[in-house]
Amino acid sequence: MNEAQAVLPGQRPLAWREFALLLAGLLIVAAPHALRAPWWLVLLTLVLYCWRGAALWNPSLLPSRWTLIVIVALGTAGIGLEYRAIFGRTPGVILLLLFSGLKLLESRHQRDAAAVVFLTWFLAITNFLYTQSIPTAIGMCAAVATSIAALVSCAAPRRAPRANLRTAWLLLGQAVPAALVLFLLFPRVQGPLWGLPQDAAAGMTGLSDTMTPGSLSQLSLSDAIAFRADFKGEMPGRRSLYWRGPVLWEFDGRTWRLGYPGLAELVAPTTGTRIEYAVLLEPHNRNWLFALERAASLPERARYLDDGQIISLTPVRARLRYEIASAIEAEPNPAETHRALERARRLPPGFNPRARALAEGWRAASADDAEVLARAIEHFRRERLQYTTEPPLLGRDSVDEFLYDTRQGFCEHFSSAFVFLLRAAGVPARVVTGYLGGELNPVDGTFTVRQSDAHAWSEVFIGGRGWIRVDPTALSAPGRVDLGLARAVAAGDALPLLMRPELEWLRSLRYNWEAMTHQWNLLVLGYNPERQRELLSMLGIKDAAWLELASTLVAVMGVFILGLFAWMLRRAVRPDPVQKSWNQFCRKLGAKGVARSPHEGPRDYSERAARRLPAADEPIRRIAALYIALRYGRGQTPAEVVELRRMVRELSVG
Amino acid sequence: MLGHRRVYIVPSRLGLYFGGTLAILLVGSINYALSLGFALTFLLAGMGIAAMVQTTRNLARLSVRAGRSEPVFAGDAARFRLGLANAGDFDRPEILVRHLGSGAQLTVDVAAAASAEALLAVPAPRRGWLPLGRVMLETRFPVGLFRAWSTVEPDSRCLVYPRPETSALPPLAPSARAGGARAHAQGSDDFSGLRAYQPADSPRHVAWKSVARSDTQHARSDDMLTKQFAGDALAELWLDLGDLPASLGLEQRLSRLAGWVLAAERAGVLYGLRLPGTGIEPGRGEAHRAACLEALALYQAT
Repeated sequence: MNEAQAVLPGQRPLAWREFALLLAGLLIVAAPHALRAPWWLVLLTLVLYCWRGAALWNPSLLPSRWTLIVIVALGTAGIGLEYRAIFGRTPGVILLLLFSGLKLLESRHQRDAAAVVFLTWFLAITNFLYTQSIPTAIGMCAAVATSIAALVSCAAPRRAPRANLRTAWLLLGQAVPAALVLFLLFPRVQGPLWGLPQDAAAGMTGLSDTMTPGSLSQLSLSDAIAFRADFKGEMPGRRSLYWRGPVLWEFDGRTWRLGYPGLAELVAPTTGTRIEYAVLLEPHNRNWLFALERAASLPERARYLDDGQIISLTPVRARLRYEIASAIEAEPNPAETHRALERARRLPPGFNPRARALAEGWRAASADDAEVLARAIEHFRRERLQYTTEPPLLGRDSVDEFLYDTRQGFCEHFSSAFVFLLRAAGVPARVVTGYLGGELNPVDGTFTVRQSDAHAWSEVFIGGRGWIRVDPTALSAPGRVDLGLARAVAAGDALPLLMRPELEWLRSLRYNWEAMTHQWNLLVLGYNPERQRELLSMLGIKDAAWLELASTLVAVMGVFILGLFAWMLRRAVRPDPVQKSWNQFCRKLGAKGVARSPHEGPRDYSERAARRLPAADEPIRRIAALYIALRYGRGQTPAEVVELRRMVRELSVG
Repeated sequence: MLGHRRVYIVPSRLGLYFGGTLAILLVGSINYALSLGFALTFLLAGMGIAAMVQTTRNLARLSVRAGRSEPVFAGDAARFRLGLANAGDFDRPEILVRHLGSGAQLTVDVAAAASAEALLAVPAPRRGWLPLGRVMLETRFPVGLFRAWSTVEPDSRCLVYPRPETSALPPLAPSARAGGARAHAQGSDDFSGLRAYQPADSPRHVAWKSVARSDTQHARSDDMLTKQFAGDALAELWLDLGDLPASLGLEQRLSRLAGWVLAAERAGVLYGLRLPGTGIEPGRGEAHRAACLEALALYQAT
């Protein structure tokens, strides 16, 4: 009975080959997380991996259940202490990392390997929470390929490893078309389905809803992309590239904050040059959408606020593409509510006495608001304050210190001081933050705006004209607007690496890479319910409902599966050329009345046929002899098979 | 030979877990709007579909041929040979062949354009023909997410001889061929047969060879046979069902006859078999032994 007690595949102990594949997959998916995890947990996970590896040679090293429970308890407690939470995004991912080590250690049999593989996939997808770049995608594909090879290896451990790898590749290769169809046609739902954890947007950079001295200069050191724009037709000049973002009204002496704007109807400006463009906004976990001043149309699912901000209905947590139009150099809108103007004059008492005195002097010497503004502008031009990304720290009276003591600042210092002075002189003014300029990628013509382009400027309300943009930074350091950050700051100041002028070759490399990334972002990452609807209407399915999409998908997948079956089975039965020739031989003789009866072997049959057809007795005997030799004899050479076919073809039975 | 059969496929337990995993990945991707999460989930789903097709292919158009099976004694295991012929140009690993009646199973790999043999050991409790019955071919290759199976009922049967009972040979009977010569009084010149060992027998007459052949390590006295000797070398032994008391029951009598056939063959005497309505002339040798045992195996009381 020994043969009948075969061990089923899943019950065989895990061998080093499967272990190596499982470990490789885990290492690939765990590596990016290792940079986010506390060092002790990375070390613990590595120890667990190695422990299992050592147990391959000495199975007595495999831990008992109690040992595992103790490790789980300690690890979980450690993560809880480290993050003060277990259910946030990062603690959850780190916990998963720990479990991957534990599950690997616990795996004794090949069927346990599947659990490790599933964990590998979970860890792979959690990497996308942090970045969905092309390198990450390639890495995770490699991890999936490795884990599938591990599954195959466990399902057929006696098979040659090379053959198992080929099977894994075949599986992946066949998965790609199905995945493509599912990716394009699977009915997409706009997430989120439930509330996201508090830290879901950790690591997204961008403008904040407050501005303190130093906040923007910090941001300006980041090379990260804020958004990309594709202009339809002519691009506006550099001086007009003010991308408007949050508008800050409230000042407490140190920090500028958002005001309380209400929803408003967007009235498209009738003056100015209208330009249209599409923006691909990187997620920043805030509601602002950015548009060149002044917006002339609204994207879908967006609202316009009465201080000129455009906000999305939900925070931008995924890359968002929207189309929008702006009117460049349009005349401002002269209407404003009394309450808003009151608010735009408000200042906290007891700050910056020197600046207040200066402003009150302007007020006393001026006939109206416009004259005060002219004096302020003149002051900033004359004073030649220094523009730097490394401003000195400021104390309580930040505006005074900037204007009179340090005389060095970044755009937030300039705009803050300017608005403060005007408000102190009784002129309504506010701070506008956003981005200035950007960079044209010569490879694909997209316009890239980075966090380092973050900027703050001022708006001043002049009765009869409306809110007028004044950029105090440009007054003191005109190069910032015309030449960009890199040329405007003093040499030796910190700059993002890729903004340094001497690294020209690096920049051209980056242009190409970013052009590719842009396509990736647009086509792959930006594929959302709206894009799906566009694609379907291009395919002729207008206003596809959920049900239509699903049935289309089922139909396409059905055709795919049937096609795959047909293709895979096409060589399940290989026609035997020797048998084919013999069948043809039998048909030829049968046509002459010598049909083979089912019980007749080739020898008897050919003997009978040779006697009945004496004209061809010799070839008949030779064909039969060759057939018998090929079929039942010592094996066959291709030449002999060809010879048999030729002989049968040339056989003429009169 | 069985060729194209219906192949059934369902997700295995692992496949259900796989489905659950995909569902979680999908919901996560929707919730966090992860485009690459969708891509990963769908890639795995596509892998599942490809696995389903490949699992089916592993069995599809695999032909099963029943081979010869050697007769066995009741109580032993019948060994059925099944030839699995793969005409495709791909290999078919990890095919589980399971005998549905007994649960006997084994795993075979069939190389591309080749055949493999599965030797199924099926318990044979009763004498007579033992049909193989239904055999299930099952595979989970290549990833274990699906279980494909197919059942065949190869036209294969195994002859099962009665379980041989060890007992003393009957005394030599008068032989027709010997021309009326009678068995002499028992002596010690010529071997005439075997009987059960009795404590008083001379050790020189114990059939040590047959003791050695019996598989038991410790030869007990009731396993031992004593050689009987007669003066006539041409003596023939008739093994007759009718000679055995009817009180024993048919199966036990057939068992005893089978044991006698084996003993007589070992002893090297000429022996014949008489069953109601049929008989086998005395003879000797493998073929004769097989004929006798087959007659016993297939004997039906009228």
